[in-house]
Amino acid sequence: MSAVTTSLPVRSEDEAFLASPIGKKVVMAVTGAALFLFVIAHMLGNLQIFMGRDKLNAYAELLHHNPGALWTARIGLLICALLHVVTAIQLATLRSKARPVAYIKKGNAGSSYASRTMLMSGPIVLAFLIYHLLHFTFGSAHPDFRNDVYHNVVSGFQRVPVSIAYIVAMVLLGLHLNHGVWSMFQSLGVAHPRYTPALKKFAMAATAVIVAGNVSIPLSVLLGLVK
Amino acid sequence: MEMNLTLHVWRQASASASGKLVAYKIRANEHMSFLEMLDVLNEELTGRGEDPVAFDHDCREGICGSCGFMINGIAHGPLPGTTVCQLHMRHFKNGDELWLEPWRAAAFPVVKDLVVDRGAFDRLISAGGYISVAPGSAPDANAVPVPKKDADLAMDAAQCIGCGACVAACPNASASLFLSAKVSHLGLLPQGQPERLERVRKMVAQANGEMFGSCTNIGECEAVCPKHIRIEFIARLNRDYLKASWLYRKEAASGGE
Ligand code: HEM
Ligand code: FES
Repeated sequence: MSAVTTSLPVRSEDEAFLASPIGKKVVMAVTGAALFLFVIAHMLGNLQIFMGRDKLNAYAELLHHNPGALWTARIGLLICALLHVVTAIQLATLRSKARPVAYIKKGNAGSSYASRTMLMSGPIVLAFLIYHLLHFTFGSAHPDFRNDVYHNVVSGFQRVPVSIAYIVAMVLLGLHLNHGVWSMFQSLGVAHPRYTPALKKFAMAATAVIVAGNVSIPLSVLLGLVK
Repeated sequence: MEMNLTLHVWRQASASASGKLVAYKIRANEHMSFLEMLDVLNEELTGRGEDPVAFDHDCREGICGSCGFMINGIAHGPLPGTTVCQLHMRHFKNGDELWLEPWRAAAFPVVKDLVVDRGAFDRLISAGGYISVAPGSAPDANAVPVPKKDADLAMDAAQCIGCGACVAACPNASASLFLSAKVSHLGLLPQGQPERLERVRKMVAQANGEMFGSCTNIGECEAVCPKHIRIEFIARLNRDYLKASWLYRKEAASGGE
């Protein structure tokens, strides 16, 4: 409990904004949007595997021949991911402070499963992200890593447990985005009876495309369609 | 129709005492409201020389916002758009087992049994949930034109009775729905414009000081709100807060920084 603050605490307006839960949700939304756009671009790049070894490797070459652009994107994404995760941890801490005593009987009056599990799907996606970088970017988690992206992907996914891990991670990312992509609009103040239903449909459709697109790659390797 | 129910009620003697669930068997009939059913229980308890179950109530017609507790984990019980005083026993079945718990939030400490201290809401209102008017005789009702659509939306937000169900139902114990209803109701009307941006900054700052959680756009609050306040208003709160923070400048004779 605190008394009524007639004068705001002495801190600058920008600090007060970032310290408030609404400001933190703006950080979540903006960084989440950047990560979402990356996930789409990344998927479109990867789907070139269906156009053959040369096409995919040429795409990889193209990225590596523009180190300036590549590192700008990598650093930008790293900053977004860090801000997203650090802010998520701050919000989670606030949540446990704001509800120190849990209900004995838990009820649910209408929220979606995806929306209630953001703090579970998020960290699992983070763990997957680290594994994924070690697997395909640095190669340290890949048993047969070569300077040949097509080879790395196909031989990587020919291992059933690895493919299953990727597929499960994508379903969880889908769960995260199903709520997140609509939620970021609401956090930024965009809600209207004329647009909100369309935004929810957009979140659903974008999620379905991302999950299907990404899952199609390990699945096709497992089924022997890509080899 | 008569019905036999088992109630598991949170009993806590005082704010500092530790509490526990206590089971009671009760005979109720379908015409009773939920609170009348508790009145019957309390008469029995008093007759046996036991302490009656404390719960808040006043109007018993769903307009004052005094009543409210969790029934089986749902704020104000299973019927949407209804306070617990307007919830009738016909919505339950013979043999039902019901768990009654107080609102749980750091900002709403338990006073006794099912009663919590919602003073935090009053302090939010004092921080900015008002308009400053010059004293004197009331202006003519039609002196300030208000577009019908704005008046309707403002009325939707103004329906909030401050019961606290939104905070209780929110997994984050966020007061966003309450705050958004107050900010929207005043912010949609011409009378609320002069203080609009100051109001949202002050009320949000106060909410942070009260240890309310942050909104995750889950929608449990609008599902339990007895007045059907929509989370669309929370987007409006976010919008106003963004604008207020963005445009803020210090007070100064030369126009501020
Ligand atoms: C590819 C990775 C990721 C993408 C594309 C992504 C995307 C998003 C988006 C768009 C939002 C909505 C923002 C809002 O509600 O305003 C969000 C929210 C959130 N994300 Fe992520 N995210 C990713 C990874 C993570 C990770 C690794 C974590 C783990 C800590 C995480 C935890 C959260 C949490 C806790 C929320 C807030 C949920 C809420 O307030 O409703 N996310 N994410
Ligand atoms: S007692 Fe007034 S709203 Fe329930």
